Amino acid sequence: MATITAIAPQTNADVQEAVCANPQLVVRGGGTKSALLAADTDAATLDMRQLTGMIEYAPGEFVFTARAGTTLQEVAATLAEHGQYLPFDPPLVEQGATLGGTIAAGLSGSGRHRYGGLRDFLIGVRFVDGQGRLVRGGGKVVKNAAGFDLPKLMVGSIGRLGVIVEASFKVFPQPPAFATLRAPQPSLDAALTTMARLNGSTFDIEALDLLIEEGGSVLYIRQGGLATTLGARQESLRAWLGGGEALPEADEAAFWAGSRSIGWVPAGWALVKTPVTLTAIPVLEQVLAAGGAQRRYIGGGALAWIAWPGDLTQLDAYLTQLQLSGLVLRGAATWPFVGTRSGASLAARVKRVLDPDNRFPIL
Amino acid sequence: MNLDGLLDELASRFPAARLLQKPAQLAPYESDALTAFRSRPAAVLLAATQDDVIQAVRLCHHHSVPFVARGSGTSLSGGSLPVENGLVIALNKLDRIVRLDPAQRIAVVEPGVINLDVSRAAAPYGLYYAPDPSSQLICTIGGNVAFNSGGAHCLKYGMTANHVLGVKAVLPDGEVVQLGGESLENVGPDLTGFFVGSEGLFGVALEITLRLLPKPQLYRTVLAAYDSLEAAGDAVAMVVASGLLPGAMEIMDALAIEAAEAAVHAGYPRDAAALLIVELEGERIQVEAEFAHLLQVIEGSNPKTVTVAKDDADRARIWKGRKSAFSAVGRLSPDYLVQDGVVPRSRLGEALATIERLSRKHDLRVANVFHAGDGNLHPLILFNGRVAGELERAEELAGEIIQMCIDLGGSITGEHGVGMEKRQHMNTMFTATDLEVMAELRRALDPAEISNRGKMFPAGEAPALRSHGPHPLERQGVISRE
Ligand SMILES: Cc1cc2nc3c(=O)[nH]c(=O)nc-3n(C[C@H](O)[C@H](O)[C@H](O)COP(=O)(O)OP(=O)(O)OC[C@H]3O[C@@H](n4cnc5c(N)ncnc54)[C@H](O)[C@@H]3O)c2cc1C
Repeated sequence: MATITAIAPQTNADVQEAVCANPQLVVRGGGTKSALLAADTDAATLDMRQLTGMIEYAPGEFVFTARAGTTLQEVAATLAEHGQYLPFDPPLVEQGATLGGTIAAGLSGSGRHRYGGLRDFLIGVRFVDGQGRLVRGGGKVVKNAAGFDLPKLMVGSIGRLGVIVEASFKVFPQPPAFATLRAPQPSLDAALTTMARLNGSTFDIEALDLLIEEGGSVLYIRQGGLATTLGARQESLRAWLGGGEALPEADEAAFWAGSRSIGWVPAGWALVKTPVTLTAIPVLEQVLAAGGAQRRYIGGGALAWIAWPGDLTQLDAYLTQLQLSGLVLRGAATWPFVGTRSGASLAARVKRVLDPDNRFPIL
Repeated sequence: MNLDGLLDELASRFPAARLLQKPAQLAPYESDALTAFRSRPAAVLLAATQDDVIQAVRLCHHHSVPFVARGSGTSLSGGSLPVENGLVIALNKLDRIVRLDPAQRIAVVEPGVINLDVSRAAAPYGLYYAPDPSSQLICTIGGNVAFNSGGAHCLKYGMTANHVLGVKAVLPDGEVVQLGGESLENVGPDLTGFFVGSEGLFGVALEITLRLLPKPQLYRTVLAAYDSLEAAGDAVAMVVASGLLPGAMEIMDALAIEAAEAAVHAGYPRDAAALLIVELEGERIQVEAEFAHLLQVIEGSNPKTVTVAKDDADRARIWKGRKSAFSAVGRLSPDYLVQDGVVPRSRLGEALATIERLSRKHDLRVANVFHAGDGNLHPLILFNGRVAGELERAEELAGEIIQMCIDLGGSITGEHGVGMEKRQHMNTMFTATDLEVMAELRRALDPAEISNRGKMFPAGEAPALRSHGPHPLERQGVISRE
């Protein structure tokens, strides 16, 4: 059997053709989530990096449509020219992640805390399913209740339901200025209590991350808005918290850029995304600490990034025990999910419709 | 289809008081708020527990009898219209708030819980449930989930789908699934999001996990009057483009202003052709600073007058006029049709001018009261069903407005759903392949198409519309519409 190494479609029709011509396919974007590219050796790689560019962007509309292979970097730069941004703060921008890969992996970053995650901003998609059909769901307007929400199906589909070729997002105006408070906490419990209080408070917080540093639990609280009021707002937040120190302006953006690049993961370690809640964190913390993992809890305690040093079967067992789920983004894994999984039987039904011949890896 | 077999089995499990079969008992269930459609189910099961629902669905599946889940029956698109000779599963009695966790800001509720009751239960903790359809006093969370319902305050934080974290549901073939959970995040395809907005075609939601938000520290509300509807529409585009992020942005036209004034004396300027309400919310000092900016933008949009709400009472009065406008307009006319479509926000002015032109062309009055900030139009077409030809003209006008929405790159529905009403428009919005894939997905969950059969997908003959009128509850003044 001929092994086709890589196909680089330049049009939607190329994608359709490639899908029809290859019994086994793995879709590749920027390659920043290497564990999601694992496949049988026979599988052809569909390299999406040639299917790029903004298709439609009217800044006054706060909506854009771009081809899936467009890098987040390009999207962010185009939006920034008009003072706009992707509020869900996708990770791995600098590393070359593409729009399609980010949707397929279902990834949002620390900034998701303010207005919601990728799922909340994706308003339309076009994809080629496993039968080579070009399908559209959703639309290009910010509100739309027509038809099943196919865009949501693509979020987290890790290239196994179809090849995303185009996506429409709503975007927001970027706050003109940011400031971050670093607030060390006496204990994990105290940190979680503070997070719960903050989440229920009237402070408008852009990002709220919990880091486990040498000295213990530290909260990073980011505020955004008009430069003229930011100082006073940070001051009232600090007073309310009873402490904390402002990150120097020079370090502020760099801190969050570092968070976005997930650059703190030691080389060779696995990287796992695990959805959590404030209630789940204390128990998870125990097993992660015991396993020697490095970790960050972002999005106000909605999501754990776990850097895992050893064998993933161990983490899989822990997460299963705690009834938590995880997606392996980097590391040696033949199957990307660890821990429990909800709705797997429904996902399987969807898979049978969109990819009955399993051209894409199983889901 | 073995209807007798189903009814026998249901009767052996449920008392007659909860299994309605007499014509007089069935009558109230024959239509929803799109009163033009009517059809009689074989029976209505008043489900009391989640298990009742699961059993009923399994029996329907076994006997191949179609069923329709029903909340409060306020659908404006015929979504909860019964299937002739099918079963209606009424969910109002499943009204438990199973759990409310203020620390995690979530509420786990059964589908029959009334929308506003979630916010009421959350209020002691300073929290609320954001999506606020005008029917929120009466509509259920189950119905909201099925339609991905919105409201006036969905501009910043989104519609129902953005606030649903998990759904436990019984699929049409009886399998019970748990989708999503309590985290805001998820791995694998977003099946919770896929379920929301499925219009009752994916089975019945049994338990829904909702995200709650803290109440904003401050609201600042401004009311601007304009000489033309188009000018108000253009002002919306200017506010959107200014980089401000209002919590709500609503427009009313002259007809709506007049009707609202007559009904609740909101203090609106009566000589305006259009009113724009813009509201900012958030941290006090930030909102105050942004509000100053907003007023500058509004001043630059050439308004006739600008009124700022001085206090909570002022704000409440402004919103009262807005929220009552729909029913108030309805009272101006023997009959009316409510349309629901979306256009890109930057083209609102153009869309409103087109609606005015179409209104003149068909010689029918159209009132506009709508969610301007997200381009969601709600033209209300007034007509008299007793005058020969008026209903037909009204329908033609409604169809042309929807076509305009599509031509401008918008959508055939923003929040009322496709239901029965918009089935034929699905063909213009989606390709045959798109619809084929959606139909296949539906059959993967429901091979016999028993769950809300006949809705959403374009089908053969639609039952003829007869006339339109207010929902019985609106006539009683219990609810009012957007
Ligand atoms: C006066 C008035 C004002 C309105 N204002 C608004 C508004 O501002 N914004 C807006 O979006 N809508 C509005 N609506 C429309 C309507 O209120 C919403 O669509 C609402 O969500 C319907 O809720 P319900 O409980 O009445 O559902 P129903 O009408 O009973 O059912 C609606 C649909 O949901 C399905 N369904 C119900 N429960 C479940 C369940 N548990 N699982 C699966 N499917 C289920 C039904 O089969 C049906 O297809 C308004 C309606 C009226 C009459």
